[in-house]
Order: sequence, then C-alpha cells, then structure tokens
Amino acid sequence: MKYQPVIGLEVHVQLKTESKIFCGCSTAFGSQPNSQTCPVCLGLPGALPVLNKKVVEFAIKAGLSTNCSITPRSIFARKNYFYPDLPKGYQISQFEDPVCQHGWLDIQVEGQETKRIGITRIHMEEDAGKLVHGDVSGLEEGSGVDLNRACTPLLEVVSEPDLRSSDEAVAYLKQLHQIVTWLGICDGNMEEGSFRCDANVSVMPVGAEKLGTRAEIKNVNSFKFVKLAIEYEIQRQIDLIEDGGTVVQETRLFDPNSGKTRSMRGKEEAHDYRYFPDPDLVPLVIDADWIERTRSGLPELPEQRRQRFMTEWALSAYDADVLTASRELADYFESCVALQANAKAVSNWIMGEITRSLNDSGTTIDSCPVTPRLLVELLKLIEGGTISGKIAKTVFDEMWRSGKQPSAIVQEQGLVQVSDSGAIEAIIDEILAREAGQVQEYRSGKDKLFGFFVGQVMKASKGKANPAVVNELLLGKLKG
Amino acid sequence: MTISVADVEHVARLARLELSDEEKNLFAGQMGAILGYVEKLKELNTEGILPTSHAVPMENAFREDAVSPSIGIEKALANAPDRVESFYRVPKVIE
Repeated sequence: MKYQPVIGLEVHVQLKTESKIFCGCSTAFGSQPNSQTCPVCLGLPGALPVLNKKVVEFAIKAGLSTNCSITPRSIFARKNYFYPDLPKGYQISQFEDPVCQHGWLDIQVEGQETKRIGITRIHMEEDAGKLVHGDVSGLEEGSGVDLNRACTPLLEVVSEPDLRSSDEAVAYLKQLHQIVTWLGICDGNMEEGSFRCDANVSVMPVGAEKLGTRAEIKNVNSFKFVKLAIEYEIQRQIDLIEDGGTVVQETRLFDPNSGKTRSMRGKEEAHDYRYFPDPDLVPLVIDADWIERTRSGLPELPEQRRQRFMTEWALSAYDADVLTASRELADYFESCVALQANAKAVSNWIMGEITRSLNDSGTTIDSCPVTPRLLVELLKLIEGGTISGKIAKTVFDEMWRSGKQPSAIVQEQGLVQVSDSGAIEAIIDEILAREAGQVQEYRSGKDKLFGFFVGQVMKASKGKANPAVVNELLLGKLKG
Repeated sequence: MTISVADVEHVARLARLELSDEEKNLFAGQMGAILGYVEKLKELNTEGILPTSHAVPMENAFREDAVSPSIGIEKALANAPDRVESFYRVPKVIE
C-alpha cells in the first residue's frame, strides 16, 4: 500500500526583546544561572505580571507578514501542568482568541509548483526555565533548574496539517525563519533555541480521507534534523502499520546521534491542561489604527524584494533568491547598484568572491571589509579596461586583506592591464619563436592549441595583457 | 450536575493531591453542588454578551521593553530547599 504523510509544524520563535514578557528581567543568553530572575518569573506568591508592549508589536508584525488577521480582542490563559522548569505550575499562554489567526505562506520546493501552507494561529506565551543534568559538579544526583529563561517571550506559530513531505516542511520552516529574522523580531539562532520546532507527523493510505493518528516530535533544532526526524518518523509509522500495529498518539524525542525518534514516557499523562483566562492579565485590544501603524512600518519583505530584484534589475530568479537570503545581503546589493554599478556584475561578485571570502573567514556581510563603495570602484576599473577580470580577483583579495582602495592596489602592484598592441606583439613574437613546434602543429590543423598560446602570452604578461587584444593579435600572427 | 469519585480522582491527580476515600466522597458532593449552582446561570439569556474573562473592566495594561534590576542570585535562592552552585536542585528529571 502507498502511504501519504501528513505534517503540521509548531514553531517557537523567541522574540528579540531586551526584557522578559511579563517582568523587567533581562533576556540575555548565557548569564550565571538564576541571576536574571525576580518574583514574577520565579512565580512567587503575590507577584503581578505586566505585558511587555514590544511583544505585542512583534506579534502584530509576524502576523501581518504571514497573511494572518489580527484578533481585535485577545486574552491570556493559564496552561496548567507540573514540571520543575515551570515555577508557577502553569504557563501563561493564549488559548481561545490568539493574537493572530488564519494566515498562510507560499512555499517552493525545488522542481515543484508553489504551494500554499495555512497558518492556523500565532499566539504569545512565556518560555519555561532550563533543566541541567549531570554536567555540573554536584549534579551527579538530581537536576539543576535555571530560571533565567523562564518568562522569555515566545511566539508559537502553528501551521495547518498541509505539509506532505519533509522537503515541504523544511521549505516552510526556512521561509518562516527568514521572515522573523528579516523583521528583526528573532535572532534566528537555532542552536541556542531561539527558533525551535515541534513536528506533528501522521501517515494515511493514499486517497484516504481520515487522517492517521499523529505523533509529536519535540524540539528539533536544525533544518537538517527536522528533515531526518520527519523522514524517520514517517517510515517508523508505515512499518508499524504494515506489521499490523497501530500508531499511538504520543510525544517523541529525536535523537540526533542515532537519527531515530523515541517515545518520551512520563510526559504522556493525559494532556489535560485545564486552560482558563489568567485573571492577572487584562484583555488585549488591538485597534485598526495600531495595526495600520505597524503595517506602514514593516520593511519590504523577502518575497516582495525578490520579485522587485527580478523586474527592476533584470536578475534571474536564482540570483534574486540568493541576494534576498538575508536583509543585510539584499541591502548590500542595493547599495552597490545605487552607485551606478551594473546589477548583474554586482550580483556575480556577491555570489562569487564575496560569498566565498565571507565563508572562508566566517564573517557576515554586515562586517564585510570590502564596502559597496570599494566593490563598485573595482567593477569600474574592470569596465573601463584598466584591469582584467582575472587580475580583479587578485585585487579583490588584497582589498579584503588590507581594506585599501582598488586603484591604490593596482598602482602599487603595477597591475594595470596592457592593451598596447606593440607591447603585446613583442610578447607574442617571443612565444611563437620559442614554441616553433607547436606553431607547426597548429598550422597543420590542430586548432585546439590556440588556448595554449593564449595561456602562454597571459603568463608571460603576468596576467596583465588585455585578453581581447591578445586574441586578435594571436589569430593574425598564427595565420602566418 | 453530578461529579463522580472518578472525576475527583482525575482532578486530584492533575493537581498532585492525595485524598482519602472519605475526602473523595465529600468533595464529589461539594463540587457537584458548586457546578449545579453555576448551571443555573444557563437559564439567563446571554445572547450578544461577550464572555466575561475578567471582573475588572480594564484593558491594555502594558510596560515598556526596558530592563529593570533582577533581585540577585542569593535572594532568588533564599527559600530553595536545595541548591548546587546557583542552580535550584530538584530530584532527577529524566527525559
């Protein structure tokens, strides 16, 4: 039998605020355990949570950027359960009336049609603390609780079960990741848990109408692991059904070392959270004016910018895609073309030398030593015939190292392109005299040797000879 | 509205409460009476009225996103029954 996987994703997006969602404690990562706590986030009796306004603004931005409607009046609810990382015995979240609802994203898997994935809801909630096991001396027995992360603001973005493969799931996640980082509401750091994903996975026979029982895979913290975890889980469920078993609804944990998911016993106890409105937090009312103000302050989103790059600068879909991978990269490109550089040339250099150098040095575009102004100056040296494209790469490497102006480097190292036919002719004559045998072969029909002569001439000129002039003169001379 | 002993046991387990059989019977009766009283509200016509989530007619209480001082590790851990370094220590949690 053929099976159809059905996948829905719940993504937790940690918001880039200075302070926590309901108190003024810092959200900085990596501080000494429990140094960023107060009565509110410790859940001490009598403490009163007050909503951080920026969290609401970020939630509206996220909602508008994912085609959601913003709920005019939403409330906070208590989600009740016991766990040592949850000091109050409940998590403040939203249940009925989440802040954003009914959105969608259009995703693209390579070689497939664009597909629309529904977003059921986006709600605001607080994070729990962190549990530490074993790796601290004194914790051989017991577990350590660090509540610095408790009460950190999160958005939970819940998709419809519209995804049908691990590739679609990854495409959706990458797009959502790009949007929240582009908006500047999340740092996107998956290793530190700023963007984490739970996947609901089920399978059903192809053509069936009723969805199969789903398993929830918890906290998969990279795109690669999401793909692996979903693929493993799909196969596990198919094997189970084929062997006559049934899938049970449960929470499973992905183990990156084995590439497998395993049941999280003990967390299975009936998910009966007894949600009820949190009386400590008054209703949140977002009027049309607030929504419009936020909308007008939104940056141009990745997809819009991608489309504009294709129409305004005549770039290919591929180029536009790469250049809009991040807002910073897109800004860099536009700073260059604003200086009257050729868009396609800029695009080629960004995707070639710049990307390579950034990767090699482990830096990002915002700290690129070759500024847009310097890159454009280099491109103009090529355009004007002062240096060849090949020499330009040498100049670029030196610019990267020293931050010097390209014209200064060309001067210092005597890299100016030689287009003077007299000088080039002299070099050619020398080469042809030296390689008499090869000249004979060429003249008796071995055309392929032309490239050899070009190479020799370029080498003798230390790469400075103008290739167009070399080609022309060589052709003439070889004809004899 | 009747609440069974099984209902009481379920709620007690979620709340980590240990109850004697006598208590379970007592609470089943009391909880049933409370819910019965609330049931009575259903007799009212509430069409067009927003569900009351809060008793105080107030909305949009915000704070600005600014860091204020935390209370410090020693105060935070002052009431902890057990600690290691600056962690609270709890019985081993196995995931």
